[in-house]
Amino acid sequence: MNLTLKIWRQANAAAKGNIETYPISDVSPDMSFLEMMDVLNEELMVKGIDPVAFDHDCREGICGMCSMFINGEAHGPDRLVTTCQLHMRKFNDGDTITIEPFRANAFPVIKDLTVDRSAFDRIQQAGGFVSVNTSGNTQDANSIPIDKHDADKAFDAAICIGCGACVASCKNASAMLFVSAKVSQYALLPQGKIEATDRVLNMVKQMDDEGFGNCTNTGACEVECPKGISLENIARMNREYYSASLEG
Amino acid sequence: MAKLDSKIPKGPLSDKWTNHKSKINLVSPANKRQIDVIVVGTGLAGASASATLAELGYNVKTFCFQDSPRRAHSIAAQGGINAAKNYQGDGDSTYRLFYDTIKGGDYRSREANVYRLAEVSTNIIDQCVAQGVPFARDYGGLLDNRSFGGVLVSRTFYAKGQTGQQLLLGAYSAMNRQIGRGKIKMYNRHEMMDLVVVDGKARGIITRNLVDGKIERHSAHAVVIASGGYGNVFFLSTNAMGSNTSAGWKIHKKGAHFANPCFTQIHPTCIPVSGDHQSKLTLMSESLRNDGRIWVPKKLEDAKAIREGNLKPTDLSEADRDYYLERRYPAFGNLVPRDVASRAAKERCDAGFGVNRTGEAVYLDFAAAVIRYGKEQAHIKGLNEEDEVLVKNLGQEVVRSKYGNLFQMYEKIVDQNPYETPMMIYPAVHYTMGGVWVDYNLMTSIPGCFAIGEANFSDHGANRLGASALMQGLADGYFILPYTIGDYLSDDIRTGTIPIDSPEFEAAEKEVKDQLDAFINNKGNHSVDYYHRKLGKIMWDKCGMSRNEKGLKDAMREIKALREDFYKNVNVPGSQNEFNEQLAKAGRVADFLELGELFAKDALERTESCGGHFREESQTPEGEALRDDENFTFVSAWEYKGEPADAVLRKEELNFEEIEVKTRSYK
Repeated sequence: MNLTLKIWRQANAAAKGNIETYPISDVSPDMSFLEMMDVLNEELMVKGIDPVAFDHDCREGICGMCSMFINGEAHGPDRLVTTCQLHMRKFNDGDTITIEPFRANAFPVIKDLTVDRSAFDRIQQAGGFVSVNTSGNTQDANSIPIDKHDADKAFDAAICIGCGACVASCKNASAMLFVSAKVSQYALLPQGKIEATDRVLNMVKQMDDEGFGNCTNTGACEVECPKGISLENIARMNREYYSASLEG
Repeated sequence: MAKLDSKIPKGPLSDKWTNHKSKINLVSPANKRQIDVIVVGTGLAGASASATLAELGYNVKTFCFQDSPRRAHSIAAQGGINAAKNYQGDGDSTYRLFYDTIKGGDYRSREANVYRLAEVSTNIIDQCVAQGVPFARDYGGLLDNRSFGGVLVSRTFYAKGQTGQQLLLGAYSAMNRQIGRGKIKMYNRHEMMDLVVVDGKARGIITRNLVDGKIERHSAHAVVIASGGYGNVFFLSTNAMGSNTSAGWKIHKKGAHFANPCFTQIHPTCIPVSGDHQSKLTLMSESLRNDGRIWVPKKLEDAKAIREGNLKPTDLSEADRDYYLERRYPAFGNLVPRDVASRAAKERCDAGFGVNRTGEAVYLDFAAAVIRYGKEQAHIKGLNEEDEVLVKNLGQEVVRSKYGNLFQMYEKIVDQNPYETPMMIYPAVHYTMGGVWVDYNLMTSIPGCFAIGEANFSDHGANRLGASALMQGLADGYFILPYTIGDYLSDDIRTGTIPIDSPEFEAAEKEVKDQLDAFINNKGNHSVDYYHRKLGKIMWDKCGMSRNEKGLKDAMREIKALREDFYKNVNVPGSQNEFNEQLAKAGRVADFLELGELFAKDALERTESCGGHFREESQTPEGEALRDDENFTFVSAWEYKGEPADAVLRKEELNFEEIEVKTRSYK
């Protein structure tokens, strides 16, 4: 395949960015999107052009580090995949592909397609945990039976990879899907219920302080989420938040 | 250099850890506040150690090269974590987990360490459940288990195919709690560039901030290396792109012995290589071997027809299939250990039975499991068990609920539906049993420098059993290091903060800056990846699943030549003071180019076959690995002497007091 790539280039956080156009040829449909970017970077270096910076690590869709906005969609046109698992067979010979970083005020650009998502870490630090020390003296793992349906729902929320596609896809740059996934995981498990009130209040406050927008229920986040995290989690977080506010 | 002292406590095996914990020195809570500890890496071992040390009261500084500690590659572990809970009542016990691990490691690991690992394994599950890790459960609300290779019980706890993710997020959440309290200072996007040794003790590290290139000095009373394995020395592996050996290699160059580098695990079930553009390989969890059956065509002409696209695997009758693992190893069947399964796949493919275009793939088939589960479901629901379509649909649902994410991953990569046609798999580099040598306290041969998780060598011998890496990472981080480090730090309660303006910090920083400048100013004509791919090819061809004297000698020579060429001709664009991925990669590949040579040297010296290390010169008439216990029942710990080829071998003899050393058989 021969393609035309239009890629956002920005030297650093302070610099003004712009779109550059690069042709690329002989792309195999079996390549992953990032392998195509590897080939481009090798070619750019031969020409003396600075390679395109992008975040990536595991390349198997689980670490959540890759983060491109491809043709107007977080992680590109395929569903339930991250950019690293998007394959070139989803594109056609002659296509023009526009590649931008995940954009949000709370995700400042570091360089080119690399953004700073440490706001997500700070939200988790505000309450995304169960306060249990590593003593080795906790009770036996089977002493509290958990309804399989609740355990499965908690798991479905817990598989969020923290990539930020929900924020990048949202017209308000809201982080509600991300935050609600963590709040839901713990709200559904007996171990998490003890601190549920403080947790939801603290995490939502941190989310607001980081400058993420509000949720207006358009649902773009759910569509673009590579792990299929459900909007149901946002509803659950809202319920948790209201009841916590009344208790508080 | 002092004698290699493993510091294994005296007394009966089952009492060693308990007695050791009771006798070692402690640091009071008030004094812990005066002590700083550096942790490098935030996978299961690093994250759990950071959290626990901070809970205990130490001031912890933790470093990772990724943009968040949650990205560390433990996140990608799929199948599960072992623990001797015996919830299934199938005869499991601490002793059996210990025995299986020693046998699985082909009698090349330390008894005392492995027993301790088995002993604390049950605490890990308790701890993780208390943290809110959503393990799989049955309908009664209790925890579910499955079985992994090399064992005859079901002791593996899991969270679908994302067990590593859930465990890592549990450890990450425990870290987050301590970061929020200010007890852990977290440095994301920071790379450790060197260790600083003052008066013979590890006292700090030099780091590079990967965002702006700033070189920083960090001091502490102890340094913990939890930076994972070195599988990426092969270029293609199931490791993450950034996974590297640099932290472990830098401390090796500062005096820490590097043990058993040639003990590398080639995992049998990975998605085969599709072309030259390939940047990494993807694992299909070993848990799939619970239900998948591995086979190749029985006839060469069928294999050829399949490769040429003239025959479909589903067209072959049972009689025309060779379920070679079930044939060769009837007792363990498809659940033989990884090294055995990998070699068996290579043997069939080398003999011409491979099933993809390159001839390097075998089938992993779920058709039988789909029917078995489908009939069971039809029976439970009172439906017609003879209705083939219904049974298939019901069976596929069960398989989806167990392995859904793995099947989806396979389909996205290969573009084939594994519910309808068998998966194609081939072995790939996955895990490294070798690593930094540590004593029973997990301290390296540099006082104050510890190594935990995959970065050390200690528990898996020559082959690791499935679902044991997660167990070891968390055991080291949550339950072992936090005790043993206290014994060392009890001497440091009056030391006070370690200054960072000493000549040692000065010198280490200068060395780091000089190397970075050299890369930038080199202006050669080949990219870093050019060298990394070449190194990977040498490693795979000559130090891969099967090794011989000539190949290993060639490998040592070729790697040395490649390294010299790298320093002459590598091209690193951009500058030092910016976000520069190529520069970061250059440093990592430079270290792989040294480690690769030591790897080959270690494999050359060990003329026996054991576990994942298969020397063609040492095999039984049936082609099984042939150990040489008389001459090789030891750990090879290499002391750095400049060039990798000049490294000096220090032997730690392995004494088996509890277990009778036997030929490992899975037949």
